[in-house]
Amino acid sequence: MTLKSILATDCGSTTTKAILIENIDGEYRLSHRGEAPTTVEAPFEDVTRGVLNAVMEIEELAGRKLLNDEEIITPQTDGDGVDIYISTSSAGGGLQMMVAGVVKSMSGESAERAALGAGSIVMDVMASNDGRLPHQKIKRIRDLRPDMILLSGGIDGGTVSHVVELAEILAAANPQPRLGQNYKLPVIYAGNKKAQEQIKDTLGDMVDLDVVENIRPVLERENLEPSRDKIHDLFMEHVMQQAPGYKKLMSWTDAPIMPTPGAVGSLIEMIAEKENITVVGVDIGGATTDIFSVFEGKFNRTVSANLGMSYSICNVLAESGLDNVLRWVPFDIDRKELTNRIGNKMIRPTTVPQSLEELFIEQAIAREALRLSFKQHKEFAVGLKGVQTERTISDAFDQSSSGQSLVNMMDLDLLVGSGGVLSHAPRREQSAKMLIDSFMPEGITQLAVDSIFMMPQLGVLANIDKEDLADEARKAALEVFHKDCLIRLGTCITPVGIAKSDEIIASIEMIFPNGSTIKQDLKKNDFLRLEAPYEAIKTTITPIKRMNVGAGPGEPIVTEIYGGVVGIILDGRDRPISIPSDPKKRLSELKKWSQAINEYPEY
Amino acid sequence: MAHSYTPGLKVIHNTKVEKIRRLPIKGDVLKKVGELLEPDDIVATTDLPGNVQMIKIANLLHVGPSDVKDVMIAKEGQFVKKGELIAETEGIFGFFKSDVKSPIDGTIESISNVTGQIVMRDAPIPVEIDAYTSGTVKEVFVNEGVKVEVDAAFIQGIFGIGGESRGIMEVVVEDRNHELRADIISESHKGKIIVGGSFISLKAYKKAIALGVAGVVVGGFNYFDLEDILGYTLGVAITGSEELGTSLIVTEGYGNIKMGQNTYDLLKEHHGKFVSINGATQIRAGVIRPEILIPLDADGLNKNKTSSSGQGINIGSLVRVIRAPYFGHMGKVVGLPSELKKMESETMVRVAEIKIDGEKLIIPRSNLEMIEID
Repeated sequence: MTLKSILATDCGSTTTKAILIENIDGEYRLSHRGEAPTTVEAPFEDVTRGVLNAVMEIEELAGRKLLNDEEIITPQTDGDGVDIYISTSSAGGGLQMMVAGVVKSMSGESAERAALGAGSIVMDVMASNDGRLPHQKIKRIRDLRPDMILLSGGIDGGTVSHVVELAEILAAANPQPRLGQNYKLPVIYAGNKKAQEQIKDTLGDMVDLDVVENIRPVLERENLEPSRDKIHDLFMEHVMQQAPGYKKLMSWTDAPIMPTPGAVGSLIEMIAEKENITVVGVDIGGATTDIFSVFEGKFNRTVSANLGMSYSICNVLAESGLDNVLRWVPFDIDRKELTNRIGNKMIRPTTVPQSLEELFIEQAIAREALRLSFKQHKEFAVGLKGVQTERTISDAFDQSSSGQSLVNMMDLDLLVGSGGVLSHAPRREQSAKMLIDSFMPEGITQLAVDSIFMMPQLGVLANIDKEDLADEARKAALEVFHKDCLIRLGTCITPVGIAKSDEIIASIEMIFPNGSTIKQDLKKNDFLRLEAPYEAIKTTITPIKRMNVGAGPGEPIVTEIYGGVVGIILDGRDRPISIPSDPKKRLSELKKWSQAINEYPEY
Repeated sequence: MAHSYTPGLKVIHNTKVEKIRRLPIKGDVLKKVGELLEPDDIVATTDLPGNVQMIKIANLLHVGPSDVKDVMIAKEGQFVKKGELIAETEGIFGFFKSDVKSPIDGTIESISNVTGQIVMRDAPIPVEIDAYTSGTVKEVFVNEGVKVEVDAAFIQGIFGIGGESRGIMEVVVEDRNHELRADIISESHKGKIIVGGSFISLKAYKKAIALGVAGVVVGGFNYFDLEDILGYTLGVAITGSEELGTSLIVTEGYGNIKMGQNTYDLLKEHHGKFVSINGATQIRAGVIRPEILIPLDADGLNKNKTSSSGQGINIGSLVRVIRAPYFGHMGKVVGLPSELKKMESETMVRVAEIKIDGEKLIIPRSNLEMIEID
C-alpha cells in the first residue's frame, strides 16, 4: 500500500519536533517540519499540547489541514490529514533504568547492553561482585528511584543463590518508581531459568515482575532480544502511562511510542545491515551524548549521561581536564576566564555563541565531549567476556583475551554526527573537522551529519509492525534517510603508521565521473581538503611501505569514494592526533589545519 | 521557535508565593488549612524505614541455607535488641553450640532458605518538615504535606549552593558594583543573610562560613573556586544538598558581575527584614533556581501589587545580556527584526536590537533574559 503522507514527532525534554513526509512523484521526501516547546511539565502537564503546537506549525507551512478538533486526522482524505502518525519520546528524562547481574563484567554487562539497546539511561549496574556492601546497594536503589529494573545473572542451570541474593537486596530496598506513587515498579527477570520460582517468591507482590528468557543462557551467547522487547512493552504500559498526556498520545499513534535513542539505534542497525557497512553514529545533546555502532554485525549503544554541551558542559571540563579543552582553543585565554565562561553556559544553557571566540570555546568542548564519549563506547562495545576460546600454538604469543573492543577505526565505513553543535555548526567544515578531531578515523571513512536530527522519527517509522504498513513505512524511512536526513560531508582519508615529519606518506589519484583527474601527495602532518561533490570518484591510494590505508602497510587501494559539501579530506596527522604543548606552536598548528579546510572566518 | 529567549529571573516586589512542603514518603500532616505558620513550625512528620543489614547466618553457623530457618531463634517480624541471641545451632548433645547475636536494635525482616541470609532493619529514622517561611496553610495533601501561601517579595538567583536557610538580611555594601570583601564580614553577621554587590572571593566566602553567616547573596562568584568549597568539580548544576552552613546565592553568574539594579534595589528596600533563602539549583528540564523570599508586613502589602507578566520580549522590554561579549549589560529592546541575522560567529539567529548606554547593539534573542519586575 503506497502511503500519501506520514507525520512523525519526537517529544524531547525541551522541544517537540514534528516532520511531515510526503510521497512526491513516487518518492518519499521530507516536505515540512515544525517545532514547539515540550509541554510535559507545569503549567501544561500534557505532552499532546506541544505535539499539537508543532503540528500546527506544519499546517501553516504546508497550507494543509492535519488537525480536526485537536486530533490528528488519519488516514489522509482529499488532502487533509496523514496516513500514518508515529512518535518517539525522551521527555521527562527518558527511560531511566537500573540493571543487575551476578558478575559485573558478564551478566551485568549483558543486562546493561540490553537496557541501553532499548534506549534507556542506565543509572547503575549492580552486581554481586561490585565491591559494595548490601546496605550500600540498598541505599543506592532507594536513592535512584529508577523507572524499571532489569535483573539477570547465572547461566541456565548455573548459580541460583547469587541471583536470589540480588533479589533479596531489591526486596529489602522496596524501590518506589520515579513517576507516580500508585503503581508498582516494573522488574524484569532475565537470569538463570532455574531460579525463576525463587525470584518470584522473593519479590512476590512487592513489584510488578515479568520473567523473560535468560539474557546469557550460556557464557558464549547473549540473548538480548527478549529483554529489549519487554523493556519496550513495559515502557509503553507503565512508564509512559504515568507521564502527563501520554495515554492520549498513545491512542493517536499507529505504532508504539519508542524511546528516542531506541529508535535511532534501530535505524542505524537497519542501515548497517541493508548496506553491509560498519557505522558509528553520535548524537551530542545538552545533557548527554549517545553513541551507536555496528561492527562485525553487532550493534552497541552507549549513553554518556553527563557529557553534553549545556546542562553538563562543566562535567566535560571536569572529566577531560582544563588542559585537554584548552589545547583545541585557537586563541590565548586566561584559565579562570575560560572556566567562568563555560560555567555560565551551564547555568544559562539556551544561549548561543555570538562571537567567534565563544564559538571556538564551544567547539573545543564539543571535541572533548565527543572524544570522551567515544572512549567510553569503545570500552563498552566489546566481545563477550568470560568466553573460553581454543588457542593454537600460533596464538601463543598473542596477548589478546576475551572482551576485546569491536570498534576498529580502520574498518569504519560511515561516521554520522547529529545534535546541535554538529548539525547546526555555522560551516559544515566545522562539523567535519570536529568529527575527525574527536573520532580520529583511520583509512577511508565517509562523514555525514543528520541535517535536523530526524533519525528518531525515521527509526520509529522503520519499526512499524502493522502488516499492511510495515514494508512501505520501511521504504519511506530509508528513502528519506538518504535523500533528506543525511548531509554528506565527504570522505576522510588517513594513512596510519610511522613516518618522518614532512615525509610523503601516500599518493592519491582521483578520477571524477566527468573524466577529470586530480593527483595529490600527502605529507606527514599535513591536513588538506579537495573540493568534490557527492558522486562516485574512482580513487587509487598508494601509501609508503610503513603506512596503511586499510589494505595493510604499503598496500595500495583502488576504490570508489564520495565527496560531499566539504569534499575529500586528506589527514596526514598522527593517530592519536598530537598537538604541540608549546603555546605558540600549538596556535600555529591549529591555525594551519583550520585554514586548510576553511573552517572559520579570518581570525 | 517562537520562544527562543530565556524566561527571566523573577525580581518581584509583592506577590503571593506558594511553597509546597512535602514529606519524602507518606506520613502525618500536623497542620490544617487556614492555620498561621512561623518558619520553624513543623508541618508534617514521618519515619523513614531504617537501614538494612544482611547477615549470612548459614556461613556464620556453618549450616546449609535450607537449615537456617531451623537455627533461627528470632522469627520474622520480631524486634530484637543489639547483642540479643538470634540464631543458635543445636551443637552435639547440647554442647559446642554456635550462635549469632544481633548486631543492631532492629526487626528481622526476612529469612531466606535459598541464600541462607537474614535481612534486619534498623529502627525507623524520624523526619520532620518545617514551614520554611511564615504564612498560611493554603492546602493540605493528605499524608504528604502542605501548601504554604505567603505575601512576599520574591527574588530568584541564577545559581546557588547549600540548601534552605533563614535569618535577618543585611545589605553590607554601598552599591551593586562593590565586591563583598572579607574585611566587611564580621562576627555581627553570624546567623544573618548578607547581601553584597558584584562578587565574593573564595577567601571572603570561607570567612562567612567560618563565622556562621546563614547565607550570602552576591552578583558573581568564580566557577574555578567552587571546587575548593564543594570538594569536587561541579559537573552538572544540581545543588542544594551540600552541608555548608552558609548558603550562597549568585544572582548574575560566574565571574565579577555587578548585581542587577532591580535585584539590588529590592534587597536594599528590605534591609533588616527576616528572610528565607534556598540555594538549591537544578538546571535541566524542570529548572529550579535559588530564591530569596521576603515575607511582607502590612506596609509592604499595600505597595504596588504585582501582576506577573510572563510575556515574551517586546519593544520596550527591559533585558539583560547573558552571554559574552556583552555579558551582564542591561538595556531596553528597541527593535525585533523578524529575519535571521548572521553573527560574528556566522551563526544565523533571531536577534533583538538593544539600546545600552545610548549605543544600539544587535544581540541574539537566546542570549537575552527578561527582567521580570512588577
